[in-house]
Amino acid sequence: MTASTAAPLPRTLRRRWRQPSVLPGFGLTFGLSLGWLTLIVLIPLATIFLKSAGMGWDQFVAVGLSPRALAAYRLSFGTAAAAGLVNAVFGLLVAWVLVRYSFPGQRIIGAVVDLPFALPTAVAGIALTTLYSPSGWVGQFLDPLGIKVAFTPIGITIALVFIGLPFVVRSVEPVLADLGHDVEEAAATLGASRLQTFARVIFPAIAPALLTGFALAFARGVGEYGSVIFISGNMPGRTEIAPLLIVTQLEQYNYDGATAIATVMMLVSFAILLALNLVQAAGRRRYGA
Amino acid sequence: MKQSTTESRALQFALIALAMVFLSFFLLLPLVAVFGEALKAGIGPFLDAVDTPDALSAIKLTLLIAAISVPLNLVFGVVASWAITKFQFPGKSLLISLIDLPFSVSPVVSGLIFVLLFGANGWLGPWLAEHDLKIIFAVPGIVLATVFITFPFVARELIPLMMEQGKDEEEAAISLGASGWQTFRHVTLPNIRWGLLYGVLLCNARAMGEFGAVSVVSGHIRGETNTMPLHVEILYNEYDFVGAFAVASLLAGLALVTLVAKTVLEWRFNLHGSARH
Amino acid sequence: MIRVQNITKTFGDFPALHGIDLEIEPGEFVALLGPSGSGKTTLLRIIAGLEFQDSGEVLFDGEDVSSRSVGERQVGFVFQQYALFKHMTVAENVAFGLSVRRKGRPAKADIRARADELLRLVQLEGLGKRYPGQLSGGQRQRVALARALAIEPRLLLLDEPFGALDAKVRKDLRRWLRGLHESMGLTSIFVTHDQEEALELADRVVVMDHGRIEQIGTPEQVYMEPASPFVSNFVGETNQLPGGVHVRPHDIELVPEGGTAVTVDNVFRKGGAWRVEGRIDGHDKVVEFDVDAALTAPKLGDTVRIKPLRLREFPA
Repeated sequence: MTASTAAPLPRTLRRRWRQPSVLPGFGLTFGLSLGWLTLIVLIPLATIFLKSAGMGWDQFVAVGLSPRALAAYRLSFGTAAAAGLVNAVFGLLVAWVLVRYSFPGQRIIGAVVDLPFALPTAVAGIALTTLYSPSGWVGQFLDPLGIKVAFTPIGITIALVFIGLPFVVRSVEPVLADLGHDVEEAAATLGASRLQTFARVIFPAIAPALLTGFALAFARGVGEYGSVIFISGNMPGRTEIAPLLIVTQLEQYNYDGATAIATVMMLVSFAILLALNLVQAAGRRRYGA
Repeated sequence: MKQSTTESRALQFALIALAMVFLSFFLLLPLVAVFGEALKAGIGPFLDAVDTPDALSAIKLTLLIAAISVPLNLVFGVVASWAITKFQFPGKSLLISLIDLPFSVSPVVSGLIFVLLFGANGWLGPWLAEHDLKIIFAVPGIVLATVFITFPFVARELIPLMMEQGKDEEEAAISLGASGWQTFRHVTLPNIRWGLLYGVLLCNARAMGEFGAVSVVSGHIRGETNTMPLHVEILYNEYDFVGAFAVASLLAGLALVTLVAKTVLEWRFNLHGSARH
Repeated sequence: MIRVQNITKTFGDFPALHGIDLEIEPGEFVALLGPSGSGKTTLLRIIAGLEFQDSGEVLFDGEDVSSRSVGERQVGFVFQQYALFKHMTVAENVAFGLSVRRKGRPAKADIRARADELLRLVQLEGLGKRYPGQLSGGQRQRVALARALAIEPRLLLLDEPFGALDAKVRKDLRRWLRGLHESMGLTSIFVTHDQEEALELADRVVVMDHGRIEQIGTPEQVYMEPASPFVSNFVGETNQLPGGVHVRPHDIELVPEGGTAVTVDNVFRKGGAWRVEGRIDGHDKVVEFDVDAALTAPKLGDTVRIKPLRLREFPA
């Protein structure tokens, strides 16, 4: 038989999409997962982009980039960034203290850090408003000093600090715990002071985790609704967060407007997170394993 | 204590104190405020507020939502984790990122997408109206939105855990003649049960406490489509502070139970390896 | 000159060191040899200032440095897992000790020059811009060494420096380190559990067990004249015969008659000889000895007669 008349390899042998496996159930589990994922997550999310694509550009800009919307974006992204920074600093502090030191009540403090994760956002929202309104537990002391927290961007930022803290602490803690004493001892043997060791050896090692934590807190803060709408006062152009603007549009049955704003928010968030991810990947590539 | 690699005692003390002050002020204080405001007028009004028909139906609805969405996402989480961690295929990390999507989407947007699909002016709106089916402004819509929001929770817990555990034990079981299902039940499940419980806890906490997404799809119809968080909002906006905080404190109580259970699980079964996590 | 006087250290209720006395001459290359748990690493770290003793003194040239922090003692420490700063380049790692100096910090250009010089010394020139993650184990160890040398320490301490490396790399590095020491003449103490390594590299060996010094001596002394059963067993191969008699395998010869009868259990090639394992009739302990490869190997089950050329007795 000459080669040209030999039968072609059967389909199954020609190309293997995945390695054959000993364990059964791949077809079923993979199929189910993909199916459920598509149904519950992908199709619904696709509607946003399809609708945005279907809208005319003018329509899109009219609401999506209106002055009111722009103010809302500035507020949402700005307060999320500010809160993220506060959380980066204090989250690092909390993670440090929990990993490095031992003190009474440590376990309780450790659990408390996760409170914002477990507490419903609306509950946090009304609690924070009660604390910081002019007659509130904290507000009553700040008001006479002329410091207004509730119904201002500061209030929003405080709410976002509450929400975002666990992200930073949870991201940094494992890295800090795995750091290993010998690198710090090495720095000490070479004559570095404790501060120099922290700045030049420890901090660079945990910086990626800190950045990840910041990114997560930031992303959460941008989209946060329940904990913010009570304390913000919701004044258009001043203290109206972007998610609220979406709700307002929906209440007016302006689906297009709501979609436009949602799309802008998602695109910008996505771009920022992508940038942060690239920075991290570049770092990983440089330093090897 | 290695003095070469620790800060001075004074500095340690200062840092611990600073961390405690920060946490107390930003995290504990709001929690205390919830209970404080709820019990401000005494235990009587507190119980009254919880005992109203609207509050009770909100509680029932919240429990119903959780009872539906948590098991659904539990099954999905297990199925997806099995597919991802026991097999090799290209696009795995893409799949994992997709599963994580609901995490990175604003709750309001999570609600919006279902309104766009099933709302009166949505894609399937007319079809649903024709068949007299209500999703938005009705319980099914709330369930859908909650399922979306809590989608990743169980999978996120199980995937790293199962990856760490590898597939040696399962392969051993198969080689001894066990079926897939038997292997799962007798080998995998016992290994992952604490991670599973942990994921279910978090999933449940979120399912019961979700506000933004549910707010968008529910229509706030008292007695019918109000969940506990929504009910809290309604009471608060009506200046019924004691009522609002009373219901809120039930949710806060749930949060505390979740935290305690979480801590116990982590501590006893060292779920996440290092110091705390 | 380094002197350690009556050092004691306990971790919780684990006694790590009991009254250690040791003197190290300038320029010496000393090995702290012992099994894990013997306290050798603890002693090294106490000398460095990474741990503090419960009692006793550490003297550098007559001066008690016990109250000085590790940074002030000017010791170069090479860690078992290298402890390189992963996010800094090789050159930055090496230069670190110089760049953190608060008093008398050299100029940037000088620091760079010194780092380059050291990289040349450890034969890693041209790799300055790489990151530790991109280097092999042996290369990383050399960077760690260069980094420790950069601060011009008066004492070099190495904690099982070759433990994490392959056998071949280990051998090469050992040879290289010895050569480096010979050219630099820097007082060095290194910790190892590998007695072959200690015997090959050190001027003097300190054999330790359970927190105590069993013997201090040259490699020759420690090998030929072990002071205790422990040293005899730990350093080099030993046959423990009844009556507290220790004989090295290569100190046993076959005799045609007389001597002690041994039933052969196993024979295999070891290096340039036949290694024979057998049992003395009436005893359980396995005896090992070598037979010249040029001769025919004994067969399993054979009875051969052996006689020790040299032995040591340690009465119970």
